[in-house]
Amino acid sequence: MTNAAETIQSDIDSNDVVLFMKGTSSMPQCGFSSRVAGVLNYMGVTYKDVNVLADEEIRQGIKDFSDWPTIPQLYVKGEFVGGCDIITEMTLSGELDQLFTSKGVSFDKDAADKIREANG
Amino acid sequence: MSVRDRIEAKLQEAFAPAHLEVVDESDQHIGHAGWREGGETHFRVTIHAAAFAGMSRVARQRAVNAALADELAGPVHALAMKVEPA
Repeated sequence: MTNAAETIQSDIDSNDVVLFMKGTSSMPQCGFSSRVAGVLNYMGVTYKDVNVLADEEIRQGIKDFSDWPTIPQLYVKGEFVGGCDIITEMTLSGELDQLFTSKGVSFDKDAADKIREANG
Repeated sequence: MSVRDRIEAKLQEAFAPAHLEVVDESDQHIGHAGWREGGETHFRVTIHAAAFAGMSRVARQRAVNAALADELAGPVHALAMKVEPA
């Protein structure tokens, strides 16, 4: 494995939820990253944000690692869940709640319901 | 042929979709990263096809990305998509 792949593996091994994104959770630098970080923040999910703009090797490395061409990318318990479109769809359908519940990741169910009410 | 038309033609050929919509929404991203003069950078695809039945969401998007590999490696900066089994 390359250094980038080792760093990525270590991040997703040692954190239940990891979001590879452009910018940071408090200062996203791209609309798609901002949307996913916003959902996680609103749902009160504890996660590690990895700013790919800060490291060109990680920026390319994460695309190779997951065989996925775009950022953001969400990992839960070491498993690649998807990018912005998939996370948005899963949030609105309730699948993201189910995933977090089945993986033992705590989140604010009321907040998730509010997102669905506002976008229903 | 515009990039939008190429995307449409390739998806039509790859998946024979029951429903297909390709929108060039580059104008909504003027000044954002990846945007350039003339547009043709940001697209939104809605596709329903029987070919996606039984595939996970990640697998469905991977299939679309594979069909559009040339475009994604070239002019297309962002591709938002909604992929459903027909």
